[in-house]
Amino acid sequence: MKELFSWLLEYGPFSVFALAAVGGAVAVVLTQNVVRMAFWLIISLGAVAGLFFSLNADFVGSAQLLIYVGGTLVLLIFGVMLTASGPFAVKSNSGQLVPAAIAGALLLAVIVYTAYQVSWEDQSSFDPRGAVIHGHNSPQDGNTTRPLGQSFLGARPDKDLGRKDGGLTPGYLLPFEIISVHLLVVLVGAAYLARTKKRKA
Amino acid sequence: MNVLFASGGIAEFLTEKKLSAELAFAIAALIHAVLIIHFFAVAPLFYIWLERKVAGRIQDRLGPTRVGGKFGWLQTLADGIKLIQKEDLCPQAADKMLFRLSPYLVFVASFAAFIVLPWSDGWIAQDLDVGVFFMFAVMSLEVIGVILAGYSSGSKWALFGGMREAAQVVSYEIPMAVCALVPVTVLGTLNMSEIGRAQIGLFSNWMVFHDPFCFFAFFIYFTVATASVKRAPFDLAEAESELVAGFHTEYSGIRWSYFFMAEYGSMFAVSGIATVLFLGGWNTGLGIEEWAHGKLDGWGVNFPVQGFVVGDYIVRLFGCVVFITKGCLLVFVQMWVRWTLPRLRIDQVMMACLKYLLPISCFLFLGVTIWPLAVYQFTGKTGLVGNEPLGKRTVPPVLRGSAAEVAPAAQSKSPAQLKSEVRS
Repeated sequence: MKELFSWLLEYGPFSVFALAAVGGAVAVVLTQNVVRMAFWLIISLGAVAGLFFSLNADFVGSAQLLIYVGGTLVLLIFGVMLTASGPFAVKSNSGQLVPAAIAGALLLAVIVYTAYQVSWEDQSSFDPRGAVIHGHNSPQDGNTTRPLGQSFLGARPDKDLGRKDGGLTPGYLLPFEIISVHLLVVLVGAAYLARTKKRKA
Repeated sequence: MNVLFASGGIAEFLTEKKLSAELAFAIAALIHAVLIIHFFAVAPLFYIWLERKVAGRIQDRLGPTRVGGKFGWLQTLADGIKLIQKEDLCPQAADKMLFRLSPYLVFVASFAAFIVLPWSDGWIAQDLDVGVFFMFAVMSLEVIGVILAGYSSGSKWALFGGMREAAQVVSYEIPMAVCALVPVTVLGTLNMSEIGRAQIGLFSNWMVFHDPFCFFAFFIYFTVATASVKRAPFDLAEAESELVAGFHTEYSGIRWSYFFMAEYGSMFAVSGIATVLFLGGWNTGLGIEEWAHGKLDGWGVNFPVQGFVVGDYIVRLFGCVVFITKGCLLVFVQMWVRWTLPRLRIDQVMMACLKYLLPISCFLFLGVTIWPLAVYQFTGKTGLVGNEPLGKRTVPPVLRGSAAEVAPAAQSKSPAQLKSEVRS
């Protein structure tokens, strides 16, 4: 009974979020209606944010909600606004099916291969419950959001100060920029999709 | 975990009562969820009654007077019973699945913001280090439900309302976040509890009085927050005079009421953020907290049960009452504004945001980063009030000291010790 309960507590939320993430993604592919696609995308991306939260990665989870789910919102607005005539359906011909399936399978292979390359045993010794320490992130400890901002700008004083060989640790400037550009890509993609559909109609 | 009953938090308290860690965690999570959902359900009941009363008084009427005795205070309950009895309509032209689901989406987004709202020192469901960021991320999701409701209703009025809401909220999110950054920049933390703790003492310690930029940022934030929860004069999404009822034209019964529960919940949520960021959180501003902690911390230790301190509990309960009172006052101001000012046009709403509020908030953000440097040049201190920089302001040992006596196993470890244990 006790084992069952702790098993449930460990895998229950994970299963719910994982199922929603995968199920939502499949539903996006199978739906024809733009707005319903956006809805399933929200479910899928929101569930991924839930997975981040359950791993105690609060910042990444919040960023996921703000950037990706918010990006979906922009996509949705453009989908509705620019394709406003008639039902908002996206029809794909069967010729696209094969290249799409190949691209999807390749991506899945990359992800599965990467997942099996990681040695998860090393990671499991980390106890996330102990990592949250009350009052430790307070300003008087000097442990504030500033290191986070600095590492986003490419500087890692937490790693580089007092380093013997005088080398520099790379920060998160590049990933940060990539995330920023993602929203622009979403916008351009939405406009492109909407324009091509309009020409056909 | 929060510190609701005992000094060490519910989960630790239960673990000491010989419960397994998993069960204690689950029970603690359940208690938090139930408490928050009850506040989320009861607050709209009160606010809708208050809205009717305020509207009545401002329009020289009495408002509700009959249901439930003298002041009509059961009016909302009667409304709720009426709404449950109504037929749950779904139009022929609607996208049925999205039409049925979107009220829940709005509801969930509004409710999730309460997870990181600090009710009192340590009374918080999840004490996230990125609390402010999480709050804004979650509250920005509410608009998705409104747009989906507007689209899926299959009605032109609803679609117009939804699109207006999208344009309005997406633009108003930017000055709202920039204004929230102003006090965050001063304090250097996104943790809601830490922001509240730094404002202990006299009301001159409140962030709103810290410097002129924070002072104006509060008013800009409150204006923008009123717009982002689509309250009049910014309620273009439901503009009765032009769009029938906007995005919820086709809704009836209990689903319609979910939208309003979410709206009144969000009104308190944005007021709560304003209270924590600018108005001292759960602190009275009279400087009695430090005194109360000194007097009451050691009083009634382990009184009814092992691990419970009566004095701590009284201090925190008082803080919770102060916090809710401040939040309710700000909600009252939103109602007062609603029944005083006429509704803007949609172009005026967008112009007010993009031409005025956004540049002003950017200027305030720039100013607050330069302020400490400028003040230091003239006074030799980084702030006008107080001699210590904000980060060094005395945070009373809050119950950390007394908690160590009560629950030595859970509390006496220093952060460094805990860290090394985690690593080993």
